[in-house]
Amino acid sequence: MSANASMLSILARRITYTIPILLGVAIVCFALVHIAPGDPLVSVLPPDASADLQKMLLAVYGFDRPYIEQFGRWLWRAVNGDLGTSIATGRPVAAEVFKAVGNTLRLAVLATAIGFFFGALFGFVAGYYRDSFVDKLASALSVFGVSVPHYWLGMVLVIIFAAELGWLPPTGAGPGGSTDWAWDWAHLRHMILPAVTMSVIPMGIVARTVRALVAEILAQEFVVGLRAKGLTDRGIFRHVVKNAAPTALAVMGLQLGYLLGGSILIETVFSWPGTGFLLNAAIFQRDLPLLQGTILVLALFFVLLNLIVDILQTALDPRIERG
Amino acid sequence: MTTPIVSIRNLKVAFAGGAVRAVDGVDLDLGRGEAVALIGESGSGKSVTLRSLMRLNPERRTRVEGSITVDGRDVLAMSARELADFRGAVVSMIFQEPLLALDPVYTVGQQIVEAIRRHERVSRAAARERALDLFRRVRIPSPERRLDAYPHELSGGMRQRAMIALALACRPKLLLADEPTTALDATVQIQILLLLRELQRDLGLSIIFVTHDIGAAVEVADRILVMYAGRIVEEGTARDLIRAPRHPYTIGLLKSRAHGALAKGARLEAIPGAPPDLANLPPGCSFAPRCPLAIEPCRADRPPLVAVKESQRARCIRTEAAATLAPQLEPTG
Ligand SMILES: Nc1ncnc2c1ncn2[C@@H]1O[C@H](COP(=O)(O)OP(=O)(O)OP(=O)(O)O)[C@@H](O)[C@H]1O
Ligand SMILES: [Mg+2]
Repeated sequence: MSANASMLSILARRITYTIPILLGVAIVCFALVHIAPGDPLVSVLPPDASADLQKMLLAVYGFDRPYIEQFGRWLWRAVNGDLGTSIATGRPVAAEVFKAVGNTLRLAVLATAIGFFFGALFGFVAGYYRDSFVDKLASALSVFGVSVPHYWLGMVLVIIFAAELGWLPPTGAGPGGSTDWAWDWAHLRHMILPAVTMSVIPMGIVARTVRALVAEILAQEFVVGLRAKGLTDRGIFRHVVKNAAPTALAVMGLQLGYLLGGSILIETVFSWPGTGFLLNAAIFQRDLPLLQGTILVLALFFVLLNLIVDILQTALDPRIERG
Repeated sequence: MTTPIVSIRNLKVAFAGGAVRAVDGVDLDLGRGEAVALIGESGSGKSVTLRSLMRLNPERRTRVEGSITVDGRDVLAMSARELADFRGAVVSMIFQEPLLALDPVYTVGQQIVEAIRRHERVSRAAARERALDLFRRVRIPSPERRLDAYPHELSGGMRQRAMIALALACRPKLLLADEPTTALDATVQIQILLLLRELQRDLGLSIIFVTHDIGAAVEVADRILVMYAGRIVEEGTARDLIRAPRHPYTIGLLKSRAHGALAKGARLEAIPGAPPDLANLPPGCSFAPRCPLAIEPCRADRPPLVAVKESQRARCIRTEAAATLAPQLEPTG
């Protein structure tokens, strides 16, 4: 079988594997509304509503039907892009979620890119010159990156660069509190502080992983083999990169996944209108459809990302079984 | 007489700040087109000696003394750049376990092309064409397909052939083979040894061949050097060394051989004791603590290299007594 054909069949198989995962995700999201304490209507009903009114509303929202039927209807609508209506704002959940996802994604991608770039750089240098001064510095930085509370770091950065120096805006996603994105400097400026704050996490983890990887690769016998061919340090560098790439990229992908869902604190500190911000609002306002929609979309992203990482890794590492 | 391709004088290699003396005063001359085998127990310094010829021991942790001349050039004086141009082009190495010595994420073809293009300005296509020729040369079946295989996709024997092709890619004059057959099963071992012998004759290669196995050494080499605790304790033609070993250690090695030309009824004996601690060598002969013939002077001073006959020398003061100890061997062709 040709390499292309086998790659396609792997693709098909990996995609098939995600179907049960997706279904599981949908069930959990659906169940959320019914597991949550209290009536699903508690936030729309006035506390003194009559039993008749309550019954009527339950029927309107379809909450009186059997679960399986409710799930079927909900899933069908979700597949068609209808995630219901936000109880708090009355706007379609899908529109709100996708706008927030766009904002979060942009921030997470930038933060991961910054973190990956510097993390890989530090990790490489540290792994190459193990136990040198650079190595110790890089290790200290990565420990800092992993252990510093990021909301604290965010506030420190805001105090320095926004309050004291006035170089960058402290909060928001655009000029005048606008939440609509545009690719210009006025909007990009808003992204810098939260992205840098957020990048500290993947930076630390990527640096640690890459350092260990590089040290492990350099200790392997094939590096002696490469020297014996006459390769210089530059030539050997290429081999180290190619050997480290699959694992490093997988770590980066997972970090991106965590940043997509785990940014509530940073988004709150910077009032960044992303999914974390939205989740926060949905929880405090008991806006169940919004909560449900946001979690569903985030979970889908995570599954998709894992799929991409998996496929990339298979494509990059010839040792992973392709048959 | 032409100048030898390799000339090592009083080579000393130490690790761990001088505490471990892995090689302790080795002299070695190799003529052009000659093949010698370096044999000895595990840890006797064979690989370290071999790696020293290409300066492949970890530079920062290794202390090297003495002189190494290869093809008229002083290896220890080379700059990093000169060394990189020298490795692979003048000298190349075959490793014991090609699965570990090849990069797992590049195809074997890519690795050969890379070696060729490192030393010569040729197009990728031309380099690949040459890799293909090399694969035919080392008799790899369906060479086109095998060039695109990753190391783990080849069998052990095939992998070692690919490794040999890689080593020959830039037409080196000197080939260093560090136990090239130890990881292979018996029938494949013989094929690889015959291939090496054939390549050596056809290409006029000089070979230093490291092995545990005297049988393999006789197969490939004109001359054999026996190494013990970082020193060469006996050297001579393959024939002489097998028929009339004069160093008690060589004799012990021959007696402990599990198969081969031992006479019927001869007892198989292991050398008593263990190899010495390289960080704590005795002042005299390092084999003395295990030697059945050791006398007081053996323990006092380091024995000189004694010429037993024109082409055979042993680092032992009791070669005459040793002659009586030599195993009874059937005459071989
Ligand atoms: N890079 C190194 N650092 C420290 N010690 C080393 C290093 N390389 C080799 N040695 C030591 O030098 C000694 C000789 O090792 P060498 O690999 O040359 O043995 P060998 O004769 O090739 O044995 P084997 O048959 O097992 O391959 C050993 O004691 C080994 O531990
Ligand atoms: Mg060895």
